[in-house]
Amino acid sequence: MSQTEKTGRRQRRSGAVLLEFLGSMNLAITLLVAIAIASVVGTVLQQNEPYNNYIMKFGPFWFEVFKSLGLFDIYAAPWFLLLLGFLLISTSVCVYRNTPAIIRDMRHFRLGVQEKSLRAFHHRDEWRSPDPAAPLADTLAKRLRRHGYRVRHRQFEGYQMVAAMRGGTSRLGYILSHLSIVVICIGGLLDGNLPLRLAEWRGELKVETRDLAVSQIPPESTLGTDNSSFRGSVTIPEGSRADFVFLGMRDGYLLQKLPFTVALEAFRIEHYPSGMPKSFESDLVIIDEARGEPLRKTIAVNHPWVYKGYAIYQSSFSDGGSRLQLQAWPLDRPATEPLRIDAVVNESSRLSTPRGEYGLEIIDFKPFNVFPVEEAGSKKFNNYGPSVVFKLRAANGEAREYVNYQMPLMVEGRPFLLSGMRATPAEEYRYLHIPLDSDGGIKRFLRFLALAQEKGRISQVAHQQALNELGLTEADPLYRDFTSSMSSLVGLFVEHGIDALVELAEKNVPEEKRNEALSSYIKVVQGVLGTLYVELLREEGVDVAAGIDEQQALYFDEVLNAFSLLGPYGSPLLLRLQQYEHVEASGLQITRAPGQNIVYLGCVMLMAGVFFMFYLHHRRLWLRIEEREGQTHILFAAAAHRERGDFDSEFARLRGDLRHSSSAVLSRI
Amino acid sequence: MSVTTETLSHEFDTTPFLRRLSVLDWLWALLVVAGTVAAHRLYSEWMDGYEVGILYGSAAALVWLGWGWKPMRGFSVAVALLSLAAIGLYGGELARGESNFFLKFLISSQSAIMWMSALYVMATVTYIFALIAGSGFSGKVASAMTWSASVMGSVGLMVRWRESYLMGADIGHIPVSNLYEVFILFAVMTALLYLTYERRYNNRAIGAFVLTVISAAVGFILWYAFEREAHHIQPLVPALQSYWMKIHVPANFVGYGAFALAAMLGVAYLLMERRPDGLLARRLPTLEVLDDIMYKAIALGFAFFTVATVLGAMWAAEAWGGYWSWDPKETWALIVWLNYAAWLHLRLTKGWRGKPLAWWAIVGLFVTLFAFVGVNMFLSGLHSYGSL
Ligand code: HEM
Repeated sequence: MSQTEKTGRRQRRSGAVLLEFLGSMNLAITLLVAIAIASVVGTVLQQNEPYNNYIMKFGPFWFEVFKSLGLFDIYAAPWFLLLLGFLLISTSVCVYRNTPAIIRDMRHFRLGVQEKSLRAFHHRDEWRSPDPAAPLADTLAKRLRRHGYRVRHRQFEGYQMVAAMRGGTSRLGYILSHLSIVVICIGGLLDGNLPLRLAEWRGELKVETRDLAVSQIPPESTLGTDNSSFRGSVTIPEGSRADFVFLGMRDGYLLQKLPFTVALEAFRIEHYPSGMPKSFESDLVIIDEARGEPLRKTIAVNHPWVYKGYAIYQSSFSDGGSRLQLQAWPLDRPATEPLRIDAVVNESSRLSTPRGEYGLEIIDFKPFNVFPVEEAGSKKFNNYGPSVVFKLRAANGEAREYVNYQMPLMVEGRPFLLSGMRATPAEEYRYLHIPLDSDGGIKRFLRFLALAQEKGRISQVAHQQALNELGLTEADPLYRDFTSSMSSLVGLFVEHGIDALVELAEKNVPEEKRNEALSSYIKVVQGVLGTLYVELLREEGVDVAAGIDEQQALYFDEVLNAFSLLGPYGSPLLLRLQQYEHVEASGLQITRAPGQNIVYLGCVMLMAGVFFMFYLHHRRLWLRIEEREGQTHILFAAAAHRERGDFDSEFARLRGDLRHSSSAVLSRI
Repeated sequence: MSVTTETLSHEFDTTPFLRRLSVLDWLWALLVVAGTVAAHRLYSEWMDGYEVGILYGSAAALVWLGWGWKPMRGFSVAVALLSLAAIGLYGGELARGESNFFLKFLISSQSAIMWMSALYVMATVTYIFALIAGSGFSGKVASAMTWSASVMGSVGLMVRWRESYLMGADIGHIPVSNLYEVFILFAVMTALLYLTYERRYNNRAIGAFVLTVISAAVGFILWYAFEREAHHIQPLVPALQSYWMKIHVPANFVGYGAFALAAMLGVAYLLMERRPDGLLARRLPTLEVLDDIMYKAIALGFAFFTVATVLGAMWAAEAWGGYWSWDPKETWALIVWLNYAAWLHLRLTKGWRGKPLAWWAIVGLFVTLFAFVGVNMFLSGLHSYGSL
């Protein structure tokens, strides 16, 4: 034997071994389980978040490890694709190896099967009949046909052979369902973003992570209209248009150009009484130069518009740059007239305040806010009117987020203006409740705040209390201590809130006396501010000769509560919405998926195949009919592909029927 | 020995299926068609073309089910009559649910669901008693209870459907839209699947196992209603307002129900296998039969789950703009599907039948459970409608 022949055979053998391995059931099961487990990881770990979130969650070391494993975008990680690829190959090999045999099996009746083999079948029976063989074979063949079998009948030398089968389509089910996996994978591959990833890998494409205006996005992050499959999104404000979408990629995006322009004429949204969106829809116009006439159509959730293979979906909505007119009261000089600020949602502006320059970023605006309220045991919904969410960014870069509600909130029958604050989006809002005047304004609150900030007025009150209540004289050494600590307590409280008093007590007083000290601090502050409050009322022309009434007392407590939170509130300004012009934006998703129909074809094959495999059973029957010693001997044998419990009873029924039809004389030879 | 031809001849009727149907069968078909046409004419205002298609498709499926599995007919008639009674008693006013005696205590959706819950739990106890005592009579009582519970559960869902429209035409929707509603569907579906096998294999011992998992679901339903007030009908978010929901969700729950059934058979298998001559071995079918039923349940579940996942993908393509987004719920559906695909293949490889597969089916239930409850509880994504 020559050398080349040997290696040839060895190659063939190792090729066969490879095929065997790739098409083996064990590999298939391993792959199915491995893909399932990998998929779990991708659902437990939120995918494609900004990288900073991961760094915060896992720390820099594990972040790097996970990133290099592709865990943040697992379904596009090379190793995951490799697993899918293996499944694809394994299934293909499996189909390739089994199909010829299956087709043969489906078509051939196996008339030539030997008597000896028939006798070895588990399901078999024999009996005798007085009828001659040839007509009997015809009768029995007919009988089997009536049972739904396809039948072949052939005369051999000395005996008749009837072979029948049924449910061969179940074997087709195997081919259909397994081939469908290949078809679905191919369709999915066409719609996936593998080409983009390859382009990125070759350095032709760069994912943009900066927040740029569309016109500034560099060409290496822009895709032309020749990209055949993508899934992107774009937000279009009412009255605007776009001829692009953004494709999210890991922690950044790419700009995808469209061959037409989409304009949003109007956006409509309806709500349930609970404030939950009931439906939303967009009146769109497509302006396509290749067409001329603009096209109009309204899309809604679950009702997309497919144009030239591009499908446009209604996916979300947001503020499209509502124009707001705000009033701002500097909290450090509350007596002055409010500033007027004109702002636009999603834009930022600069404000100069007594505490320095601030950046004002308007994040969101809602024309109404509905919350459930429990009333007499039943749930009702209240509308709290418009709200504005904004950020104030100090010069040092520190920012806090605020949400201001426009309409008063009633707490135990008394009206408050509500403003929430949080330092990071991960926190819950903490709310400042500003009590409202009887006319619904905040003038009195601001005047009171101005008074409380006036050092002179406070010293004056302190002076009077020292003289009148403690009977001190100005010459008394205690006088100075008393008045100055009084002023500083009130100043601390108004500027930094109750926390400052707690801190003071912690610093100056031993632990066991702290509570006592704190309550005396509070009493002092209450006393001074109470005096100022009475003076304020008197200045407003309220008759306080007979003391103040309950409402006014409540108001005082509420103001004190608000003052105590002003410090942590941390804003130099109090903003209130005055007017607005609502502009909505529609969030569209635009996709191009040329593989979709291939995937659907695969799905249909899969469903049909699975049902064929489970609910049709491939069964074969043979009747060997032979005349011997004046009698006709019948040998009946049957086989079912992967025998199931049910075949026993079917076989029993068939046997009974055939015996009956052949006027069987003996049950068994 | 010669076999008399007469004794055998009745057994192998070869007349074609349609001609084998009795007058009763045709009456049944007529009844279903008449009811469907009536429903179509009455409610066509609320249906689009697809939904009309689904209505007639379901009618055809029901006729076919009733022909193939006769008890389905009595069951459907009972559900229909009670539901119609409730609709009649409501007469267009939701408030009558509080004032009318029958509605308040029997067939308003919430009452019917409470009856369902009580009956399933009682059936569980009775099945267990029947299993231990070997009492055939108790077994029959347990079956009757299971049937009644399933009737009440189905009535609860039907009436809830109506109630949602009484709350407001724009709120009305088929009650398969949140976790509370689908848990009821799950209980009913699992019970009905079980009842088919009970009849086919003429064995009620399995009921003790299957009804246990249904009782667990009932426990969840009660907790969810009383602790979380989840039984209030909520309007639908826009993404769910689609005819797809009507086919996607029920198909899914045939799958879930079948998988749960298979898992409980796995439990029965393992317990019986440990004591080959114990009580269970005397009451349950043989291990081979248990294995076979488990296989059939998983095959059925797998087939329907495949359909449901495909329908889900098609719906996703219409609602979210992509047939596959690796959304957690989608991904978990794939995981469940891969898991049972592996199970089916494992069964074809040598040496894995029996114990390992029974264990795998039990583990499969937990995987399934996570896909259907856990995802909503722990993971967020596009499917976040049914959060706890
Ligand atoms: C996602 C991938 C796959 C799915 C969903 C799938 C699904 C199925 C299903 C449902 C059955 C029927 C089992 C039964 O009747 O009990 C089956 C049978 C089978 N599968 Fe797969 N399969 C997959 C991949 C593979 C692969 C990679 C192989 C290669 C070894 C394979 C080989 C087989 C074989 C040989 C049968 C038996 C067919 C018969 O004799 O009728 N399958 N498959």
